[in-house]
Amino acid sequence: MNAKSSANAAALPSSRLEALKAAVVALTLGFGLVWLAGFAYPESVHDAAHDTRHALSFPCH
Amino acid sequence: MTTGLIAGLVAGLAVAALQHFTTTPLILAAEVFEAAQHAHDSADAGAALSGLSRTAATSAATIAVSIGYALILLAAMLLSGDAIAPRRAALWGACAFAATGLATSLGLAPQLPGMAETELAARQIWWLATALSTGAGLFALLRLDSTAAKIAGVALIALPHFFAPQPATPESTAPAELAARFAAASLAVQAISWALAGALAGLVWRLQSRQQELS
Repeated sequence: MNAKSSANAAALPSSRLEALKAAVVALTLGFGLVWLAGFAYPESVHDAAHDTRHALSFPCH
Repeated sequence: MTTGLIAGLVAGLAVAALQHFTTTPLILAAEVFEAAQHAHDSADAGAALSGLSRTAATSAATIAVSIGYALILLAAMLLSGDAIAPRRAALWGACAFAATGLATSLGLAPQLPGMAETELAARQIWWLATALSTGAGLFALLRLDSTAAKIAGVALIALPHFFAPQPATPESTAPAELAARFAAASLAVQAISWALAGALAGLVWRLQSRQQELS
């Protein structure tokens, strides 16, 4: 498995690998931010983001 | 990463201004009805902040969501190996709006404060599942060539709606006209925030790559 995945990694051009790494970081950060503003439970977060949650039709209350 | 931050910040500011004049006045109006109905309702969460601090908090949250949208769109384009340019990025944004806005609003219409609601966690799970499933379905339909992928795409888009949450018994304190205006405004604001996040992310990406080529 290890040998196979490293062979795959070697087969990818390094620029593509860089792009994939950046994509994974961006995706994680992006979902994190949307989660925090749109879904997180703590009351202070909910109160601050309340109008945004309603306006962007995230489920609220 | 900086691309997403800059694009999200600018898009977020624009959308926050838009919200201030479209959806927020409707929310405030609905809260007046809600407060009139339940004279001592402690669960009136929206009223925890008021005035300028409320506008600031709402804008901050909107900017956070916009940066998140821009980063998600950039990631999706990088993962699919797309060239990142404003027009293409705006189209990705449009598809993302179809997934998180149009598809989810079929089962969970945008709500004003004071409208009847069911349990939150179940609605959040259905919302997320529907958005992801519709997004994957659209990708299969638009980007994959095989017939099997297209059938799977249609199935992914249709499937969540067989499991849509049961609507609560209507007992809204807000007038129906207000709610209808809010639903329409909410969808429009959401469409604009996705399209702006995408278009600006594409634009900033292009400017940054030009700068790198020059240096």
